[in-house]
This record gives sequence, C-alpha cells and structure tokens, in this order.
Amino acid sequence: MRVLAAMSGGVDSAVAAARAVDAGHDVTGVHLALSKNPLSFRSGARGCCSKEDAHDARRAADVLGIPFYVWDLSDRFAADVVDDFVAEYAAGRTPNPCVRCNEKIKFSAVLDRAVGLGFDAVCTGHYARLVSTPEGVELHRAADAAKDQSYVLGVLEQAQLRRSLFPLGGSRKSEVRVEAASRGLAVADKPDSHDICFIADGDTGRFLDRQLGARPGDIVDAGGTKVGEHPGAHHFTVGQRRGLRLGVPAGDGKPRYVLDIAPVRNTVTVGPRAALAVRRIEGIRPRWTQSPQRTGWRGLVQLRAHGVPVPARTTASDERVELFLDAPVEGVAPGQAAVLYDGTRVVGSSTIAATHA
Amino acid sequence: MMRTYLDHAATTPMLPEAIEAMSRELTRVGNASSTHASGRNARRVVEESREAIAARLGAQPSEVVFTAGGTEADNLAIKGAFWSRPDRRRIVLSAIEHHAVLESAGWLAERAEADLSLVPVDELGTVDCAALRDEVADDTALVSVMWGSNEVGSVQPVAEIAALAAEQGALSHSDAVQAVGHIPVDFTASGLDLLSCTGHKLGGPYGVGALLVRREVALTAVLHGGGQERDVRSGTVNVAAIAGFAAAVDVAVGGLEAEMARIRWLRSALLEAILAAVSDAVLHGPVDPDATLPGIVNIGFPGCAAEDLLLLLDAAGIDCATGAACSAGVAEPSHVLVAMGLDEEAARSSLRFSLGHTSTVADVAALGAVLPEAVSRARLARGYSATGSERRVAR
Repeated sequence: MRVLAAMSGGVDSAVAAARAVDAGHDVTGVHLALSKNPLSFRSGARGCCSKEDAHDARRAADVLGIPFYVWDLSDRFAADVVDDFVAEYAAGRTPNPCVRCNEKIKFSAVLDRAVGLGFDAVCTGHYARLVSTPEGVELHRAADAAKDQSYVLGVLEQAQLRRSLFPLGGSRKSEVRVEAASRGLAVADKPDSHDICFIADGDTGRFLDRQLGARPGDIVDAGGTKVGEHPGAHHFTVGQRRGLRLGVPAGDGKPRYVLDIAPVRNTVTVGPRAALAVRRIEGIRPRWTQSPQRTGWRGLVQLRAHGVPVPARTTASDERVELFLDAPVEGVAPGQAAVLYDGTRVVGSSTIAATHA
Repeated sequence: MMRTYLDHAATTPMLPEAIEAMSRELTRVGNASSTHASGRNARRVVEESREAIAARLGAQPSEVVFTAGGTEADNLAIKGAFWSRPDRRRIVLSAIEHHAVLESAGWLAERAEADLSLVPVDELGTVDCAALRDEVADDTALVSVMWGSNEVGSVQPVAEIAALAAEQGALSHSDAVQAVGHIPVDFTASGLDLLSCTGHKLGGPYGVGALLVRREVALTAVLHGGGQERDVRSGTVNVAAIAGFAAAVDVAVGGLEAEMARIRWLRSALLEAILAAVSDAVLHGPVDPDATLPGIVNIGFPGCAAEDLLLLLDAAGIDCATGAACSAGVAEPSHVLVAMGLDEEAARSSLRFSLGHTSTVADVAALGAVLPEAVSRARLARGYSATGSERRVAR
C-alpha cells in the first residue's frame, strides 16, 4: 500500500511510521503545520506546531529513509478546530478539540488530499486497534488502557477507518519508547504532549479571555438568586467545583458545583452535587463506525476523554441519539463526545447537546 | 531509482576540475595568514585563485573579497554599504530580490532606521527602471538589484541601474549568484560597486563565495577579527574551497559561450516538452532567450498545488522546486511571482525547473514522460473528497 504517515514530531507517530515501513508499505511522511505562527522553540512538552517539532519529524523521516513534506493546514485548522473551540465555549459548551481535529483535519482534509494524490491510507500514532472483518473494519480500544485514544477517534466512519492505519494499537507506550530508541529515533525520550496544542501555555481560560474578551456575569443558584460573580462563563465546565469564589454560602454549607451555563443570560448556575446527576442525554451529529444503530441498542457509553464507560441504552435516528443511562452519572458536559462501546469495540459517537436528570 | 535532477538553481554538481583542485588542497596544511613556508604555500593558492576569479569576472584581484557564500556576500554588501554611508538612510531594492538581500535590508530597517524602497517589476519579472529612478535620490545609500532572478530567470538591466545609482552618489550592488558562470558578467564594465557570487551554483563547493568590491569603495566590516580579507571580512580563509571555487569559475566562465548555447537549446526543449504534456501550462518569466538566465524555467500548472505536484514528481524520480521560500517548511507563495502580478492561487501552482552542466535531453524526456499523470493527479487531489463520495454511495 502507499501510506501517508502523519508525523507530529513526537515518538508515537515516528514509531507508527517506522512500523508501516517494516510492514512493507511505501510510506511518505508529512508534518501538518497547524499554526500560522509556529513557535520557534517548544515551551515545555506541548506543541504539535513548533518549528522544533517539524524538525524532529523531518529527522525521524530521514532516519526511516522516507520522503517527507510539510503540509500547511493552518487555515483549515483555524477555521474548523480553533474557531469552533472558541464558538463552543461561547455557547456554554465544553468542546473536545482533538475529536474535532480528527474529524475535520486528520481524517478528512489530510485523508482526502492523500487519497487524491494516490495514497491508499493514512497512518497515525494513535493508540487504538483496527480489526478487519468481513463486515468491515472495526475500531477497538488500545491494548494500553492508559493510552487508549479510541474515544477521540469515535467520530470516524467506515470510509475513514478503511483508509486508516494505527500501528501502535497493540503496544504499550513504554514498549514504543524502547523501540524508538533501538531504531535510533532521537524523539525516543521526548515528553508526551498532554494539553491543547494551540494553547501553548496550557491556560485555556486566558486563551478564551483573549478570544472572547472579558464577559463578567452572575453566578446564580437553581432558584435564580445571585450567589456570586464570574469573569466569563467560558471559564466553567458543568461539574466544576473549583474556582467559583462564591460570596454567599450554601444553605446546607456543602460544596456547590456548576450545573448549567446559560450563554445568552451569561449566567453560571450552581447547586449541590446531587443536582449533577444525569440519567438521560440528548446527542446530535451521530457517527457510526459501521452500520447505523437504531433504537434499542444496549452497551457502554463513555462521556469524556479518560472517563469510565457506563451501561446505557439508546434510541436513535439519522440526526439524533438519546442515551438512557442505567445509573446516574455526574458532571456530563454538553459539547463533549458520547462514545458508544460494545466491549472494546467502538460502535459510534454523538456530540452531547443536553442532559436531564 | 535513477533521479532526474532539475534543480540546478538550488545547487549544481561539482565540476571534476573543482573536485580535483579542492581535494589537492585538503591534503595540505597551511594557514594563509601564517608567515612560514606552509602558510606561504596556502597564501599562494588563495591569491592565484583570487587572480583567476578576478580575470574571469572583469575585476581586479584586490577587488575580490572571499566569503562563506552568497548569503554572507549579500549581508556584507547591504550592511557594509549602509553603515559606510551614515549620512544616507535609504536602501533601494527590487521587489524580487533573494531573501539574503531582502532580510538584510529589512533588518536594517527594523534595527538601524534604514528606509526601504521596493521597486516593482513588470509581468516578466524585469525591474521598472523608471520607477527605480524615482526612488533613488541624494538620501540613497545603496541600490541593490539582482543580476538574474533565481526564481523566474529574468535578467535585470544592472548597468543602467548602476549608472542611475552613481548619478545620485549612491552605491550599487547586484546579487549575481545565479548569473556568474551562466551568462557573461563583467564587473568593471557593469559599473557596479558591489557584486555577490557563490561557488556551489556554478560547479564549485558549498560554503565559499565572494563579494566583488570596487577598489574605491570602503565598506564597513560585518565580521570582525583578524581582518584577513581586505580588513572587511575576518576569518581564516577556506583555502581548499577557494581553490575549488576558482577552478569552477575558470571552467564555467571559460566555456560559457558553448555551454550557454547548449543550455538554451535544452531550455526550449524543456518548455516544448512541458507544453506538449500539459497544454495549459504557463511560463512565468521572459520567453526571449536574451532576457533570461538560460537554465531557469518557471511554470504555472493551473488547478494544481505546487507542493502536491512536487510530491508526485519526487515520487516519480524528478527533483524540482516550488520556488517558494520555506519557513518551518511551510511553503509561502513566492514573493517574486506575486511581485510579477500573479494572484496567490497562481503563485501557489508554480514549479521551477532548472538546468545545469550535467543536464541532458534525457532529463527533459524523463520529465515529459511523468508530467501528464502527475498533473492530473494533483488536479484530482485539489477537489477530492474520499469520505464524502463514499458516504454518498453508502447511504
């Protein structure tokens, strides 16, 4: 196969590309330039957009002896990921930009361009397993549970999965580092990236302040009584407890949590922990890894990255999914993905639009 | 895989004579500044090289200042000239200069209060002399216009520009990195004060070049130290590279007439092959062979992204260039093509093919053979939606 390996400059994508080469594929490396103004130097261990990362990716490609190019996707990334991220927060939701990037950039803009150029598949360093069956390609959780990234890939559909390669899905991260070192890849010891790649200092609140401006408003209780003030609703996520700085103590003296964010009134509603319990979730934009699921599906649903999967049943249509959780779950934030699993297999995903007790 | 090398303007293979001359010096010891016999031997090689280069370029030996390449020569010319004229603040440049010139002048504008004037070019990439005349005045320290464009090949009226500068008492410089060894260059006859050239674009080694400095011109030094080169450029001279550079200049300029005719013929064959393969391909730059460097062809392929085409041609064994500057490897639309009036889309769809002393008609044929497939692929890639089309089928 002709394989396009997306190389971030990190250890995972470098080893993934190396394994694709070993598997006998004709591999070409690309680094995706996602920022218009790449930082000259990496600050900490965050970037996937710095010049140093591009250099590291190029060095890895040189060691593997594969062609290497840089693709400028900064306009697409700004429009489809960064602007969307800001707009989602402005609308009171909590987006997952990695899901969005996979959906719109890596497995859409990049994949389409690759296929157009004659490549058969795109290879990435994601930790997830692909299993070919007569019915199609299944997406499964990675062998390394701590590194599993199937949640952020749950948005992929069959056409995308059929053209994807995740060579690290069966490995542990520690093995990947050892392998990188034995292959002479200088990125073997490079620290993992954890934060949002386009927020270099990791301070999401301040980034949103710059994008949205200061938008102070009221913090209210479930009855609508003002109990405090906030510097901007984008600083809060449903289920959050810290940083509320409430002037008026709760009647029962117990801690209060963010229950709801109302963007138009610009209020943050707080209340007791018990009020966080969610039993029913409305999801939009359903995506199915294989065949669309209709009403009556039962399985597990994961409601945030690294969240614990919980049993649920669904009703579904082309545009919507409704999830009924067997037991209540706390802190479910609109904007996050609800990813459905059958054991380790990803069935599909949906964006959380609303939650109900 | 046999590669077809069509990127001689980036760098061209070393000539056997240059390899021989350089190899000979690499086996010897001697700092050209030392007084002893070994030093004298090294100095003799350097001075003979200087004389050979001067003779081939119409300069006096004392006018040759060796540098570590074209970029250093340009930096020395721009900064050294600007700082030597503290009474004058303006630097006049063409809009299509190499980054070594543009960035040097830009840095002076940011850090040393230089005023910059960028003179436009016409649609063929030739400097507008009337516009240049308007910009040059008694506040002008330096006028810098390249001899021939590295991106589109257009040859500039440097003698006329040098005369315009002289009228106003300004210094004149030309970056002749792409011209020396490829078309006739006579420093004295040009009337220029400063001229940059480099080894690796004409069959010499990397890392060596020269700034020709007219004898009457007192530049301010940029690299300080032992003052080895006319007190203007310090650093132990690179004896072996200088010997290789001189040998290459000797061969390239000595055999210029015959090689120029050969490359011109190849260039027209290349153009023919490209147009035969892709009927709507567009030449950017002069058609007239007298108005262009013989080896450079810049072609627009409508509907293609140049970087996609480069990837496909690379995979098919062809080395060529997008002709675009890279920052973090991200291709920006060429400032030269934009200055020639192309829109960003057209500028992003252009490739540069460049011929040199090892080019043959087989290279032209190889490109012609793979170009149609690559161009149709690249066009497909622009509008392709793999998932979109498959999704429609699935539902």
